[in-house]
Amino acid sequence: MNRIINDPEQVAEEALLGVVAAYPDILAATDNPRVLRAARQPKQGKVGIVTGGGSGHEPAFLGFVGPGLCDAVACGEIFASPTAKSFHAAFKAADFGAGVACLYGNYAGDNMNVKMAVKLAAKDGLTVRSVVANDDVASAPKAERDKRRGVAGEVMMWKSAGGLADEGGDLDQVIAVAQKAIDNTGSVGIGLSACTIPAAGKPNFTIAPGMMEVGIGHHGEPGVSVMPVKPARDMAALMLEHILADLSLGRDEDVAVLVSGLGATPVMELYLLYGHVDEMLRDRGLRIRHRFVGNYFTSLEMMGASITVTRLDGELDRLMALPAHSIGLTVLGS
Amino acid sequence: MSRDSVTLTEAGPILFDLVAVIVREQGKLSEIDGQTGDGDHGVNMGKGFRMAGERLKAQGDFTLPQGFATLGDTLLSDIGGSMGPLYGTFFTDMAEVLDDTDVIDAPHVSAMLKAGLAAVQGLGEAKPGDKTLVDVIVPAMEGFDAAQAAGKSFAESLTAMKDAAGAGLEATRSMVAKVGRASRLGERSRGTLDAGAASCDMILSTLADGLITRLNA
Repeated sequence: MNRIINDPEQVAEEALLGVVAAYPDILAATDNPRVLRAARQPKQGKVGIVTGGGSGHEPAFLGFVGPGLCDAVACGEIFASPTAKSFHAAFKAADFGAGVACLYGNYAGDNMNVKMAVKLAAKDGLTVRSVVANDDVASAPKAERDKRRGVAGEVMMWKSAGGLADEGGDLDQVIAVAQKAIDNTGSVGIGLSACTIPAAGKPNFTIAPGMMEVGIGHHGEPGVSVMPVKPARDMAALMLEHILADLSLGRDEDVAVLVSGLGATPVMELYLLYGHVDEMLRDRGLRIRHRFVGNYFTSLEMMGASITVTRLDGELDRLMALPAHSIGLTVLGS
Repeated sequence: MSRDSVTLTEAGPILFDLVAVIVREQGKLSEIDGQTGDGDHGVNMGKGFRMAGERLKAQGDFTLPQGFATLGDTLLSDIGGSMGPLYGTFFTDMAEVLDDTDVIDAPHVSAMLKAGLAAVQGLGEAKPGDKTLVDVIVPAMEGFDAAQAAGKSFAESLTAMKDAAGAGLEATRSMVAKVGRASRLGERSRGTLDAGAASCDMILSTLADGLITRLNA
C-alpha cells in the first residue's frame, strides 16, 4: 500500500508532531509526547474536559480540543488505548481547580487505562469522573447497552459537556449533561472497504468488492449484516431505521445530526448522503436543529460513513449552539 | 532431591528469560492475534518487554520482585491498549507478594498467582471461559495448588503448573471470546487460540523453568 509515512511503528508519534506544528493557535504540546492541550488555557474554576483514544480516527480525538470542547487529549497507538500514564497526564493538564470530566468511548483498553489513571489522579487530590460513550446501536442489543462501542456520537457528548463547562457548570452538572447527551444519541456505520494498521501491514478483516457491511465498527468489528452495495438513499434509510428505532424518536422532536466519513470516502459523497438523511428525518416530522457533515471520526482509509442522531431537549439544543473552535469542529455561535 | 526455595537474588535473572521469550516469539503472538484481533499483540508485547529488558540491564543487580516491578512499571507506563495495564498490574502485584522475604518458596508462588489473577480480574473483569489470559492463570494456579496438596515437591508442582498452563491455552481454542476486542467477532472467534493466553503461557512456563533450574542446581 502506498502511504505517506516513515517508520510504520512511529506513525502515531510523528502525526502528533505534525498536528502541533500545523495548529499552534489551537493545540499545544505537553511534557508527555502523547498528550496535547488547548493552546488557549481557560480561566481557573472551569471543569476540565479530557478525552482520549487510539490514533487512526483523526480528527478524533485530538481534533476536538479547543474552546467550547475538550481541554486535553491522550493519544494512543493506532487503534489502541492511550496508557494510564497518558490519561493521568491529560487529567493534570486539564485541572483548573474544579475537577475533570473524562469523556471517552467504550473499549476494553480505554476502560482499564482510564480506571487506573483516575486512581492515580485521586492520589494527587484531583477528582476525575468519567462518562463512557456507547452510541453504536449496531454493536450490541439495547438490553446490553453497556457493551456498545463509542463512535461518532462522542462528538455530541464533547460539544454538550464542553459548552456547559464553558458556561460555568460544576463537575456534577457537566457529567450529567455528557451522560444525557450520549444516552440520547445513536450511531450506525456502513463500511465499504477494509483498513490497514501500518505496522501490521495487512488488513485484519475484509469486505469483498461490491459488498458493504452495515453496523461495522471503527476498527473493522463486524456489523449486523453484509449485503451488496446499495444506492446512497437505501444506505441512509437502512442506517436511520436502526437509529430511530433504537432512540424511539417520535414526531415533533428536535435532533442534531452528524454524518462522518470513515476516512476514504469522498466528502462529496457525504454531502450526497446527508441530502437523503435530511429529507428522511424531515419526512418523519423531526426538526433538525444542528447538522455536521464531514470527516469527524474516521478509521484510517476505510471507505464508508456513519450517521449519528441525537435527541435534543432545550438544554442540549442550547449547548450545541454555543461557539466552539477546534480542528475538527468549529461552531460560530449566534 | 531438589531444594524447596530459591533466593530472590538468584531468581532475578529469570527476568531476562521472560524478555527473551516474548521478544523471540513476538511474531507468533501477532500472528495469533491477527486471527481475531488487530494483530498488534506481539508488536506491543515485544516493544514493552524489550524496553523493560534495557532498563533491567541498566539496573544491574536486581531481585525477582525488583525485576517484576520494573517490568510491570514499564508495561503500565509505556504500553497502552489493554495488555499494558493487565500485564503491568499482573507483575507489580506479584512483586508485592515477595515484599517481606528473601526467598521464594511454594506458598509464595501460590500467593503470587492468586495476586496476579486478582489484578487481571480487577481491571478486566474476565471470567474463566471468556477466552483470555485468565484461562491460563486459573488452571496454572489450580494445577500448582493441586500438586502441592498431593505432597509434590516445589519443582514438581512447578512442572504441574506449566502443564496446566499449556492445557489452559489449548482450551482457549474452542472458546468464544466474551471480553476484549475478539469478543466483537462472536462465533467467528472460535477455533483460534487467544493471543493474551498464549503470551501468558509463555510467561508462566518460562518463570517455572527458571525456578526449576535453580531448584535442581
